[in-house]
Order: sequence, then structure tokens, then C-alpha cells
Amino acid sequence: MSKQPILITNVELANGSVTEILIENDVITQIGVVPAGSYDQIDGTGLKALSGFVDLHTHLREPGFEQSETILTGSKAAAMGGYTCVHAMANTNPVADNSAVVEQVLAQGNAAGYVQVQPIGAVTKNLEGKTLADLGRMNESLAKVTIFSDDGKCVSDSLLMRRALEYVKAFDGVIAQHAQDPQLTHNAQMNEGELSLRLGLTGWPQVAETAIIARDVLLAEELDSKLHICHLSTKGSVEIIRWAKAKGIKVTAEVTPHHLLLTEDLAKDYNPIYKVNPPLRTQADVIALREAVADGTIDIVATDHAPHQAESKDCEWAEAAFGMVGLENAASIVQTTLVDTGLITWEKFEQIMSRRPAQISGLSNQGQALEVGSFANIVLIDPKASSVVSGETQSKSNNNPYLGMTLSGKVIHTIFRGVITVRNSQIQQIGNHNAA
Amino acid sequence: MKHLLSTEDLSKTDAIDLLDLAAKFAVTNHSNKTKSSALNGLLVANLFFEDSTRTRFSFEVAAKRLSADVLNFTAKGSSVSKGESLKDTILTLEAMGVDALVIRHQNSGAAQTIAASSWSNAAVINAGDGTHQHPTQALTDALTIRDALKPSSDQKDLSGLRILIVGDVLHSRVARSNIFLLKTLGATVSLCGPATLIPSKLKHLVDEIYFNFDSALRAEFDVVMMLRIQSERMQSGFVPNSIEYSSLWGLTEERFETLPKTTLILHPGPMNRGLEIASAVADSEQSAIVQQVRHGVAVRMAVLHKLLVRETS
Repeated sequence: MSKQPILITNVELANGSVTEILIENDVITQIGVVPAGSYDQIDGTGLKALSGFVDLHTHLREPGFEQSETILTGSKAAAMGGYTCVHAMANTNPVADNSAVVEQVLAQGNAAGYVQVQPIGAVTKNLEGKTLADLGRMNESLAKVTIFSDDGKCVSDSLLMRRALEYVKAFDGVIAQHAQDPQLTHNAQMNEGELSLRLGLTGWPQVAETAIIARDVLLAEELDSKLHICHLSTKGSVEIIRWAKAKGIKVTAEVTPHHLLLTEDLAKDYNPIYKVNPPLRTQADVIALREAVADGTIDIVATDHAPHQAESKDCEWAEAAFGMVGLENAASIVQTTLVDTGLITWEKFEQIMSRRPAQISGLSNQGQALEVGSFANIVLIDPKASSVVSGETQSKSNNNPYLGMTLSGKVIHTIFRGVITVRNSQIQQIGNHNAA
Repeated sequence: MKHLLSTEDLSKTDAIDLLDLAAKFAVTNHSNKTKSSALNGLLVANLFFEDSTRTRFSFEVAAKRLSADVLNFTAKGSSVSKGESLKDTILTLEAMGVDALVIRHQNSGAAQTIAASSWSNAAVINAGDGTHQHPTQALTDALTIRDALKPSSDQKDLSGLRILIVGDVLHSRVARSNIFLLKTLGATVSLCGPATLIPSKLKHLVDEIYFNFDSALRAEFDVVMMLRIQSERMQSGFVPNSIEYSSLWGLTEERFETLPKTTLILHPGPMNRGLEIASAVADSEQSAIVQQVRHGVAVRMAVLHKLLVRETS
């Protein structure tokens, strides 16, 4: 069945030029002045059209933790945030450490239809850090897994990390490391510093992150392997990655929206909405992370969207779960902290939110330039909008630390492979899913 | 004041009010055993999620001296051991109409979480939360110091006094509470112990840090407060072993002999006699350890009174 073509008029691209975009079926067929015709028309006046966002770090919680999120609800939240692709982390139950689970996640993502759901495979069997998961078979599966991560846990064993980095070279895979020395962070609750001492909460020292990153970039250099570092949170981590990149080591790095915006001071009243791993750090770290995005040391922003049901945060700090949601507010936070501050351009914004994450993942159908022949994965944002974050969400969870904050920019429309998933900031009905 | 959660947010005026009220209760407790009817008809719940004898007894006696009804809840034998959340436990007690929640909990911030929540309207008194705070113990120590060293003066605070806290400050809620309260009251506070148990970032909170006990003692402090050292600290590598700890950081008789005869010795208990403090030192005339326990009841009466009695004058 052929759909009515979509015409976006009077819209500004990342480079500032104003144009029209014609979408037929799932591809962009014209850019420039489009002849009159019968189109589903979207008025792009005042909006920016960017390549649909790609999240390299999303916890969709399905299978196993459907009370917090499902592939469908997480996909809808992603679409609301301007994403056309998310990478589903492996720490589900059962763990995504074999081709059956990653193929199931892939199928569920396709069935949901709001974004491309690309599974990430576990590095080690059952995330136990003891033996390698079925890395090769996951790569050869329908899910074509290229990124492997035990995220939530660190591959702390040096020999196993070496083996993993070496093994995935056969199929150009990437190991995405959650850098946290487990012994230096036993029972850790928040950033180690004067505040953790005052609050009597066990500290998470910065060296627990930097020591693992230092080891892993050296391993990657030795083996000429591809390493990705998840959620950088400290100034010291930035310095190591900068050094490694200068040496030509194949390392890429991500930062989360929350580490670009929030600091440890928010923990002072023990409100567990701010409990996250790695923990919120200091203002000096926030500044270093922002500068590292600007100078290219950090490649991408990834959400680490970590939904948790209400009970997991309605308790004392030590009992609360780590993590916060991020998909729906990520673009606004990046605009607020990096574009509005003059640190990056809109072209760079498009790079860190879409192009580069797609490249790291080896996805040729995402993060494409908005040009004729590209898949129609497009987000339209209103960069002049400013709004207070409300509790309205498509996610199943609302552990959102930004509630009540005023952030810049708003996602107005999202188009995934020629299908409008979000229109006028409203999620659209796709397929035959129940309204809930 | 609605709650007592931490000494960090306790004003000097409130602290002195509490000490003055406690001093009055200490006198009446000593002179006659008649009960005050101040809290008649009010319900005080003692919620102890962690083992305690002296603090729990002390709160119970204090509440009963003021004629409150007391409900004792210990996690052992309650539904908490079957996995009931803190929220549900508090909601249950709220439904029973408690006026004050005295809470001892293994998690830092638990008392503050309850006070900030919508689970209960009761006054919350922190009776020790994790490694965070134990404010009534600090008030007890401050009263003991004031009573011993400023007995007849008009001085209500502790200005001019020099206090040394020795031992496992990292894990000690008593030390944290004392650092803030004693400084609010005008004293200078120094710390002494192994560097693993006195993190360098504490230097912003105190006047001086010593890593050698003997050189600290040469500075002639007015008060030396010894902290309990737990055997887990040896197992997890904070200090090599108990013999080394005792030899480097223990208040032995030899060290005690070098002190001025006016130096007051405190220990919040329970003591490891022969480890952080020698028996002869604990039982000496300079030790105020027994007074600390006695003042504990008076301080807890003062806290309950201040939070629960609406002043009419």
C-alpha cells in the first residue's frame, strides 16, 4: 500500500538553510522547492529538521521488568524525544546474552513500530563477568548485534576484557564498557567527597571509573580493538579519553544528559530521584564533560534511560534503585547545556545525537544526512520553545529528575522511516497496539 | 522545631534551649522520681530497625517520665523481616495516631526521608541513621561537657573549649553529630586517627586533623572523646589489626598519665575496654562516661518536650 507523500515546508536544516522536504514511502525524494501536489503537509515554519536521534544506551526493561517499561512504552517515549532508533541494553531477565533473546527484542521493536530497536548483547554470560556470552552468534543473528555491553556491571576481569575486545574484532564489534571498579565501589551510594561524608553515604570515588578506563584504552591500543566507554562522569575520565584519542586508540565515549546538567548537591536531602550510577558529580566535572563534547573528546550523548517503578524510589536512599529516565528530555537538555551556552552548533548537535551514534553502531540506515535517497528518519524541533518539564510521559515510569525545571527546545514532530510517530508533540497511534 | 534530624541544621539558640531544659530535667530526675505530666495522652513510637539497648532504653525512660504512652517496635519479629517497606511501616503507625517517631535505622537519611515524606505528620526524632547522625547522643555529650567544665559559669555555650575526637570518624554518626554541634556551640574540634578512617575531605569541617595520637595529646585538649572501633574495620583493611590499633590509637594508661588532670574523657559507648580505651581510664575520676548515660535520659526528655509540647506562654 502506498501512503500519501509527506511534505515538510519552510523548514530549517542544521546548517541554517531553509527548504522543503518531500518524503515518499520511507525515503526522502526531494529537497528544495517541491511542485504542488497532494501531500500530507507539515508546516515547518520556525522549526529545525534534523536527522532522527539515535540513542546508544536505553534500558527498555523487556523482557523481565515490564512493570517499569516495555519495548512499546519505551519506543513511544523515544519517539516523543525525537529518536528514530534506540539501542536496547542487555540487562534484562533473561539477559540478552544469546541470539534468541536479541531476536525477540528485535521482533518486539519492529512490532511496536515507533523506532528502530537495535539490541545490544551482553559481553558475558548472564552478566556474571565469568565467561563470554554468545558474541558471534548474536552478531550473526537477525539482530546483527555489533555492540556488546554488561552495562550496569563492569567487565572488571582484565583477562576477560582482553578476550572480549579481541574476539569481537572478527566482525568489527565494539565493547561498550560500564567503567566501575567493583571493589572500589562496594555499596557505593553517591559521589565520594565532602558531601558524601556529611551525609554518611558510602562514596563512589572517581578513580573507580578512571582506573578502568585507563586500563581499557591500553588494552584497546595493544589489541587494536574498538572500545566504547559508557556514561563518562568525571573530569579525569575526559583527560584519559583525550589522551587516548590523541594516540590514535580506537575509543569512543558517551555522556548522559543528566551528567551534563545535574550535580551531586541534589543528593543533600536524600531524595532518591537523584540516585544514579555512575553518580552525579561536581560542577567542575559537569563543565569538563560539556567542554569534552564541544572539542570532540566525547563523541555522543546517550540517555542511559533507566525507568523504575514508583516503589523503587519511594523509600530511603540506600534501598532505592539507581537510575533516571531520559529519552523525552534529552534533546532539550543538550540544547540547554550545549547549544544555548554557545559551546556547540546545531550541526554538531545533529552529530552527537544522530550521526555519530549510528556510525559507532555501524548502522547505515540511521543518522543519515537529510538528502535525497536517505531514509526518512527526521525530527523537527522548535528551538525557541521553552517549557517546564511536566509529569506527562509515554514511559511507564516517571523517575524524572527534571520535573519542574525549565528547559529549552521542544520536539514537535518525529518521522520514523516515513511514518509520523509524533505530530504536534502528540504520540500517534501506530499499528494495532492498545491505547495504553 | 518540628523534627530533630541532624545537628547540622540545629541553631545555636535551639541547641542551648535543649541543653538548658535537659539540665533542669537532670536535676529533677536526680532529686525526685515523680513524673511530669507534660506528654500525658501522647503516643511516642520507638522504632528500632537496628540493635540498640542504651538509646532505646533511654528514649523509653524519657517518654515515660513525661507520661507519654510508649510503643516499642523492633525490626526483629516485625513484618520488616518479611520485607515490609519503611513506608508501609510508617503508614501503619500513622494510622494508630502516633505523635512522635523515634527512629533508629541502618540507612543514612532514613529519618529525613520520613520527615520529608507524606507518610506521617508525627514529629521525627533521629535516634541514629546509618553512618550519618545521632543528634541526641551529641546533645548528651555537649551537656556532659558543659556540666563538667562550665559548672557554675553563666556561659551557656562551649566557646573556648578544645575537643579532640579519636578513632573511626568515617563510620561514626556520633562523631559527625558532635563535629557540627560542638562547633555550633563555639568549641574547636579536632580529629585524630588512622588516615583510612579520617578522610582528608573532613578537613573543611574541623579545626585540625592529627595522624599521630601522641602529638595530638601534647596539644592538651580539654576533652578527649574516644570512639568505638569495630572488628569489621580490621577485616576490611581500614587498620591492620586490633593490637596495632590499640598501640597507636588506644587511650592507654601510659597516654592517660601524660594528660592534664583536668582533661575530660568521654566515650559514647558501648566500649571495647582494652582496645580503644583502657579499663582504668574508663573508670577514672576524669572519665564522664557514666554521666553521659545519665544525661542521655534528660536530653531525650528535653527533645520530646520541645517537639511535642506547645508552649502557651
